[in-house]
Order: sequence, then structure tokens, then C-alpha cells
Amino acid sequence: MDYSRYWNPAIAAVPKSGIRKFFDIVQTMPGAISLGVGEPDFVTPYHIRNAAINSILDGETQYTSNWGRISLRREIARYLQKRYHLSYNPENEVLVTIGASEGIDLAMRALLTPGDEVLVPEPSYVSYCPSVVFAGGIPVPIPTSAERNFALTAEELESAITPRTKALILPYPNNPTGAVLDREAVQKLRDVIVRHDLIVISDEIYSELSYGPEGHVSIAGLPDMRERTIYLNGFSKAFAMTGWRVGYACAPAELMDVMVKIHQYTIMCASTQGQVAAEEALRQGREDDYSDVQTMRQSYDHRRRLMYGAFCDMGLSCFEPLGAFYVFPNIQKTGMGSEEFCERLLHEKEVACVPGTAFGECGEGHIRCCYATAVDKLDIALSRIADFVNSL
Amino acid sequence: MQNLQIELLQLLQQDCRLPLEKIAVMLGQKPEAVGAMIDDLEKRGIILRYSPVINWDKTDKDRVEAMIEVRVTPQRDEGFDAIAKRIYRFDEVKTVYLMSGAYDLLLLVEAHSLKELGYFVSTKLSVLESVTGTATHFVLKRYKSDGVIFEGDIQDKRMAVNP
Repeated sequence: MDYSRYWNPAIAAVPKSGIRKFFDIVQTMPGAISLGVGEPDFVTPYHIRNAAINSILDGETQYTSNWGRISLRREIARYLQKRYHLSYNPENEVLVTIGASEGIDLAMRALLTPGDEVLVPEPSYVSYCPSVVFAGGIPVPIPTSAERNFALTAEELESAITPRTKALILPYPNNPTGAVLDREAVQKLRDVIVRHDLIVISDEIYSELSYGPEGHVSIAGLPDMRERTIYLNGFSKAFAMTGWRVGYACAPAELMDVMVKIHQYTIMCASTQGQVAAEEALRQGREDDYSDVQTMRQSYDHRRRLMYGAFCDMGLSCFEPLGAFYVFPNIQKTGMGSEEFCERLLHEKEVACVPGTAFGECGEGHIRCCYATAVDKLDIALSRIADFVNSL
Repeated sequence: MQNLQIELLQLLQQDCRLPLEKIAVMLGQKPEAVGAMIDDLEKRGIILRYSPVINWDKTDKDRVEAMIEVRVTPQRDEGFDAIAKRIYRFDEVKTVYLMSGAYDLLLLVEAHSLKELGYFVSTKLSVLESVTGTATHFVLKRYKSDGVIFEGDIQDKRMAVNP
């Protein structure tokens, strides 16, 4: 049967994620060390898991409100107030989603009409551009560069804006580069965003993994930004809860009203046990100053310094990441492209990394290495990479 | 105590063979500074020894371990310290804790054989004047010690590559 007559050509034309190929190869290599993971190496803290188990035993097996449990939404609102000085009404401005990923999709579908342009700083997470396309919009990548610490600048933003630009995705702290935006950078972007009357979808899923002295600065907290920001976050990275699939979106009530329609008709609600676990994470965190998060952040920070230092020692130019758990070294001096480098490294030294090109064209010349892996394994992987680079 | 010293202690507790240079990188300090910090922690009796966690069950060394609860009469002016001191001087005694609750001291005792351990309890420990009673519990298996899981599933369950 010729399905091409049936499917939506716009969707069919979206390329598959470039990461899949590496996944398939690594699967066949038991001795390979993977720096290609994109999630914490911690297991969800015990008390969080236990809360979910107890809720199952207590028979909490029903739907929740479309918005998510009100007790969880209240905890989210308190958390955002406490950690980032953001104020959202848990009744009608906080929506529990299936990971921050759902939030991206909801935001796009709620905002876009055919032909609307959405600015996407790159390199960045693989699902932004496809989500824009799925919602009928046109993604417009804005390349960022290592010279400017992979932080989107006001000038880069301004020059990408056209009369069709409706929104900007702001993916900081950034996967794959580890870049963050400091207060000054966020303020400058804010001026351009307000002047051009844009909506910002701020994906702050890595906000707890910020290693700079000033911590994470959310654009939603700047003057006049709350009204034009769709704030996305979740539990995956901060609380090592990737598999639970719980995130949240926050926005002014009028905007949220539209997003909730899509969510209620397509998702109904996030899984009840995931919500219970998430609530426990925040409740306990409020009491012990987020000690789970602090412990994990400190451990990532040690490994971040180790990894960054090792790439510098190899003579590869490497921008110092101050967020997330990735380093994004430049491998251009090897004369290879990102894909070739990663393929040969995997075949010759059994170390898996992700080519920068998986995160946008401007990722060419870089590789993403995740340091959320035990130090002894990182050591082996780093010495194999050093051998590989020296052998060229 | 400074956060940095605590971070250092935690790193050493995880792996005390981490080279100084590497610890320095991980903490964002100079190796000399880390060296000085370690010297200081040693001098102050905070770091007492650098020893590995060993799973003796996997060796062919004959060895039995027991936890012994000990009830004692505290001594005037000295409380429990004097008797604790007498007990910890025995080579068989590896660990001594003063406990709250139904008994006073908890010992972790090691010997080559059951017989030897029984001999220790009956001829060395029980006969001490202030000891009023003991209860010996033999260790059958160690599942986890010092934060290290001795056996079981500790594999990385993550997918090798994801976005």
C-alpha cells in the first residue's frame, strides 16, 4: 500500500533523530562506555520511590484533575517562589505535564498558526524544531557559538526576528552545550523580547544543575516577562526522575487556559503515582533545603570540572559548561566532522559520544559528552578519547 | 567546618586512592591547597586511616564476625569510658559503640573461628567486673557495608544513548 498518499508530508519530512544510529551500534558493544546518556546516574531518592509505592498500596489508582493534583500544584508554586522568585497561582497557572516535553508541544500547539515563526537557539535539545513543525509553525534556528559561550545574545536574537516571528524558545541551562545565561544576558534578551512583543517558551529543566556562583536566573522573573513567558520545568534532571515522566508548565491564566484544552483532550492527566512521587520530592525538599538536589549537584560539579579539565589537557578547545551535565568540546583540530569522529571513536575505542550535529547544524565540529557517569568510568573513557585524539 | 573540607572528605570516603591532582581539579582548587587541607584533617584526627572496603566472604580466609551487645555498670566519675577503653584494647574487638536503649555497648568482634570467638566472650569479655551481661549475634552475611552493596544488581539501567 502506498502510505505516502495518506500521511502528512510535513510530518513525514521531519528527519528521525540522529542519535538513534549510535544507540543501535552501542547496543552491540558490551565493553563500550557511553558518554551519550542524557539522564542522571542517580536513582530517584528512596523516600520519593517509597511515596509512590505507598500510594499504590493505598489504592490511589484513579485519574487526577486534568491540571494535576492540587496538592502537587501548590508545592510547585511554593518551590518556584522559593527557588526562583516566580509567582504562579496553583489553581489556574500551573499545569502538571508528562515531562517538560509535553509542555513544549502544548505551548507550540496553543500558540502557532500556519506560517508562524519560532526562534530556536542552537545547538539545543532535539525536539524543539520538530514540535514547531508538528504544530504547523516554521522553526528558525539561531546559531550560537563557543566564542560567546553558546549563550544567545540580544544582537543574534534581534537579527533573527521577522514580522512572522511569534515566539522564542529559550533553552538554558542548555543541552547539549552546558551553557547558561547570566542575569545580564537574560536582561538584554528581555529588552529585545519586550520590544518585539514575543512570547518566550523558557525550558528550564536543568535549572537546578547550575554551577555558577549566582545560580540560575529565570527570565520569567524579570519585569514584564511573566505575562509573556511559558515557563517549563520538571522533575527528571533535578530529582533524578526521568522515567516517571512528570513535568510542569506555568503561564498566565489566559494562556494556560488554551494549553489546558489540548492537555485535557489528549492526555487527561499525568500518571497519578508520578505526581505523588513529585509531590514528595518537593515536600521533603522544602523541609530539608533540597538536600537530595544539593548532593547530586555537588557530585555533578566535581565531575564537570574533571571532564572539562581533561578535554583541555587533550588540547581540544572546550568551553567551560556551567549548567546541565554535558561538556561540548570542539574536535575540529582532528580534521574530522562530528559524525565521523563519534563513529570512529566508538568503533576504535568503544566510547560513545553524541555528534554535535544531532543538536543543530551549528553543532558541527563539537561532540556532546555526558559526565553523569561514575568517575572510574569517566577516567577510562577520557583516557581512551585522549589515545584516540593522539593517534590521529 | 568549611563546605570544601566536607566535600573533600566525601570524595576521599568514596575513593581514597583518588590522586591529589584529580581531587584538586574536582574541587576547583590547587593541588598544594588540597594537600595542605588533607594534612590538616589528618593532624586534627578527622581522617584516621585510609582503608579499603573488603568483601572477605569472597576470600578463603577463615573468619567469623559477631555483634555483641554488652550491658555494663557505669563507673563513678568515668561513666562508660573506662570500661569501653578496657574492651576496645582487645584485638578481637574492631568496633565499639556506646548505645542508647536496652544495652550499653555494641561491639563488632572478629575472630578466626567460632570457637575462638566463644572463647573471647566467655574468658575475656564476660569476666570483666563491670560487665553485667552480653548477647552475641553472629553475622551470617554482609549485604551492604560502608555504603557499598556487596552483591546484587548494581548495573547501569540507563539507555546507552539518548537525547
